[in-house]
Amino acid sequence: MSAEQQVLPLNGFASEPARRYRADHLLVAEMVERGSKVLDVGCGDGDLLQLLEGRGIDGRGIELSREGVNRCVAKGLAVVQGDADTDLVDYPDDAFDYVILSQTLQATRQPKTVLENLLRIGRRAIVSFPNFGFWRLRLQLLIGGHMPRTENLPSTWYDTPNIHFCTIKDFVQLCDETHVKMERAVALDNYGRPLRLNLPWWFWNMFGEQGVFLLSRASKGR
Amino acid sequence: MAVVTSMPSPPTSRDERSHEVDHPHSPVAHFGADQPLPLDCGINLSPFQIAYQTYGELNADKSNAILICHALTLDQHVANIHPVTGKGGWWEPMVGAGRPLDTNSYFIICANVIGGCMGSTGPASTNPATGKPWGLDFPVVTIPDMVRAQAMLLDRLGIEALFCVVGGSMGGMQVLQWTAAYPERVFSALPIACATRHSAQNIAFHELGRQAVMADPNWHQGRYAEHATLPHRGLAVARMAAHITYLSDAALHRKFGRRMQDRELPTFSFDADFQVESYLRHQGSSFVERFDANAYLYLTRAMDYFDIAGDHEGVLASAFRGIKTRFCVVSFTSDWLFPTSESRALVHALNASSARVSFAEIETDRGHDAFLLDVPEFFDIARGFLQSAAKARGLANNGARR
Repeated sequence: MSAEQQVLPLNGFASEPARRYRADHLLVAEMVERGSKVLDVGCGDGDLLQLLEGRGIDGRGIELSREGVNRCVAKGLAVVQGDADTDLVDYPDDAFDYVILSQTLQATRQPKTVLENLLRIGRRAIVSFPNFGFWRLRLQLLIGGHMPRTENLPSTWYDTPNIHFCTIKDFVQLCDETHVKMERAVALDNYGRPLRLNLPWWFWNMFGEQGVFLLSRASKGR
Repeated sequence: MAVVTSMPSPPTSRDERSHEVDHPHSPVAHFGADQPLPLDCGINLSPFQIAYQTYGELNADKSNAILICHALTLDQHVANIHPVTGKGGWWEPMVGAGRPLDTNSYFIICANVIGGCMGSTGPASTNPATGKPWGLDFPVVTIPDMVRAQAMLLDRLGIEALFCVVGGSMGGMQVLQWTAAYPERVFSALPIACATRHSAQNIAFHELGRQAVMADPNWHQGRYAEHATLPHRGLAVARMAAHITYLSDAALHRKFGRRMQDRELPTFSFDADFQVESYLRHQGSSFVERFDANAYLYLTRAMDYFDIAGDHEGVLASAFRGIKTRFCVVSFTSDWLFPTSESRALVHALNASSARVSFAEIETDRGHDAFLLDVPEFFDIARGFLQSAAKARGLANNGARR
């Protein structure tokens, strides 16, 4: 994900201390209504949770790595050690207003099941993932003939945790198949900046370095 | 062949210790006939007393009180010189000015448990009906009984709600019992290296210890005081067995390996050739100096009976339904007495109850006893959790030091 850090002046948060948050975190935080209850799945060092808690949001986290969990807990965050693939089933229905899966979907064994669980536990889900259709990745495979590696996806094919890469187009199709409603979709460039709106899907799929989706349960009618 | 020569000899400080039982070097809350303690076994214990220590100052709105619940063989002397052993408090790395349980910010209370032997009523206390020690006439107490008594102490001190309840091992069980029985009185809870029930293996180890005590001819059916003796060998063996469960294979290997004690070659006897043997014998004999054998029987029994889910139709999550308390659960990788899997089961139940819970597993080879030792990562977590809870409780100016 974007190593680029910047302060984005978002509406209404101008008074927040000048702290540097990741652009995709700021975008996610902007999607969450104040006063809501949020579960961040794969919360890493808890940067996003801290950003959310600073805005009066009741945040909880799950993190796979023990080191990440312990750093979060030492910051006073409500984080438990857990695995998106195996531990989401333990959470009751409708336990959260939002469940966030940030840059983790591609590392799960069962992305479809995970997505279904996100929207079972939460009324809404916010999912971000690296877009494997990004032109630089395509180019590396097409011209270089090797598995792509970038600044934001530096792992080699044999030691990467990312086992289920997808493109923005693939993810949209998965949402359709699982009857998930896309409330908002944003593609970010490789600096973490949102691409200009009103561009066609194929453009996002080519020039978006990552996709961020706000999802909700579709109405039951099929 | 040499006989076992260096097993513990009878303690020398018995007078000091038996003095602590009824007249401890601690403040004591006396509860008379009008305030009996209703026990799970159906008996109303009365009169009874609770000995406790406090550190720091209670703030004006009485919102900064932290209750420390002590483990099986510990007591209320958390951060002061122990009146019997003369050693420092058992949790000094954790409790004090600038420490995670900061006495500049919080009012810290630790009470000797009911059934103990350091000033709260227990089997070593004088039975007012006979003028002799209770011995086995003392009713069997449970973890919920201990917590009920602590709640009565807090009522006496005028403290309605606790900012935090914290404890490890048997103390952690009390923390969980507090949250299950009095959720509205507990703002935050820090259960460490514990479980929501005592496992079969742990009950088995306790039974081993009790049988060792009761097999000692000096035990006299618990009436050893009247025979002016002590089941010191039995209690020492119980302690030695238990102490092994508090450590880990890796810790024992690192600390002692197969090294010999003050000798180069084996003596071809049952003397303590190995350092680890000598260490265990020392643990056994020093324990006898400070702890009552009958209290050991009663407190191990209380742990055996502990099972929160059992009290809620077998569904652990039911015990915590709708709870507002903030939890931080901590376990240690090499703890095989209360392994991480036990803490994880607790965390699952808390998640299912939508409780606000943090859970950290600390990597260490020091076994169950790690919670008593200087483990910086653990302290950082305790500090972070308490500071965040203090902020939520509106104690920000107090809790945010350092």
